[in-house]
Amino acid sequence: MAGPRAETLLWIAQRASAAVLALCVLVHLATMIYAVQGGLTAAEILDRTRGSFGWLAFYSLFVAAAAVHAPIGLRTVLGEWFGWRGRTRDAALALFAVVLAAMGMRAVFAVFA
Amino acid sequence: MNATLRVSVWRGGADGAFRDYDVPRRASQTVLDVVTYIQRALDPTLAYRFACRVGMCGSCAMTVNGAPRWTCRTHVDRVAAGGRLRIAPLANLPVIRDLVCDMREFFDKWARAGGRFHPRATRRDDFARVPPASEARKLADAGIECIGCGVCYAACDVVARVPGYLGPAALNRAWTLVQDERDAAGITRLRAVAGEAGCHACHTHMSCTERCPKHLAPTAAIAGLKRAVAAAALRGEL
Repeated sequence: MAGPRAETLLWIAQRASAAVLALCVLVHLATMIYAVQGGLTAAEILDRTRGSFGWLAFYSLFVAAAAVHAPIGLRTVLGEWFGWRGRTRDAALALFAVVLAAMGMRAVFAVFA
Repeated sequence: MNATLRVSVWRGGADGAFRDYDVPRRASQTVLDVVTYIQRALDPTLAYRFACRVGMCGSCAMTVNGAPRWTCRTHVDRVAAGGRLRIAPLANLPVIRDLVCDMREFFDKWARAGGRFHPRATRRDDFARVPPASEARKLADAGIECIGCGVCYAACDVVARVPGYLGPAALNRAWTLVQDERDAAGITRLRAVAGEAGCHACHTHMSCTERCPKHLAPTAAIAGLKRAVAAAALRGEL
């Protein structure tokens, strides 16, 4: 178990990332609803995202928020349900955060470049 | 009203079992009256706790038909569906015998949560004058009537899941002291209540608030602690 300061900062990070995610999910869903109006094609999506620094910034933020939010929530689940606490859990979840961020950014760059 | 109540009472320790008793129904009968009748008229070996009988001492809490309640102020009319009662010791605490559970862990957690008052002043100082209308005083007032009955602790899902979790009563007590301007424990107490065993473990299920016989809101106290701890962490004080 981390110290009170680290635990509290994790809690703040999870709440803050949740606020970012709430906004990102709304924008994402609204864009999806808007984008499928005239049928959905890969070409149309790529046309919107390729070379767009705005969408690059938006989806990078989305990925970062998810990579922060999910591992902290999972940390609680692992502690409560399986009694897995301590450094090994935190190391595994840090790795999970890196994997989430890497996979997310790979997808973001795939539609940007 | 049925003339007789069928009452199943937990007998023995953790590996005990329910035993059935027939208890005469009376007007305005409380669950504690029922237990007392069994002990006095049917089976003197039944162990249970009570003291004040008027909802002040917090010693008679038990699990009544599945929910934790203070038995001295719980009327049979309100809880005995179909003339049946099932009375067990409080959940989330080790059973000593019959309806008596070991409250040590519950109160040790009050101490661990910084539940002791640490005075700022000495006996040579004048009385502290705390304005009744001040925000801090109102927040402390909202949680200060806790009688330490353990009902919230028995109702809490997180206590059941996380053995070290301080629980709603201890955290509520800590919150009233955080709001007490005469208290000097400050950051020490906030450190004690932060983290996976403290306020951050609360899932806001609100079972404590729903069950509290004094109608306190430990959930609100815990949310207050989360805010106070977060503010201290952001100021770099934690």
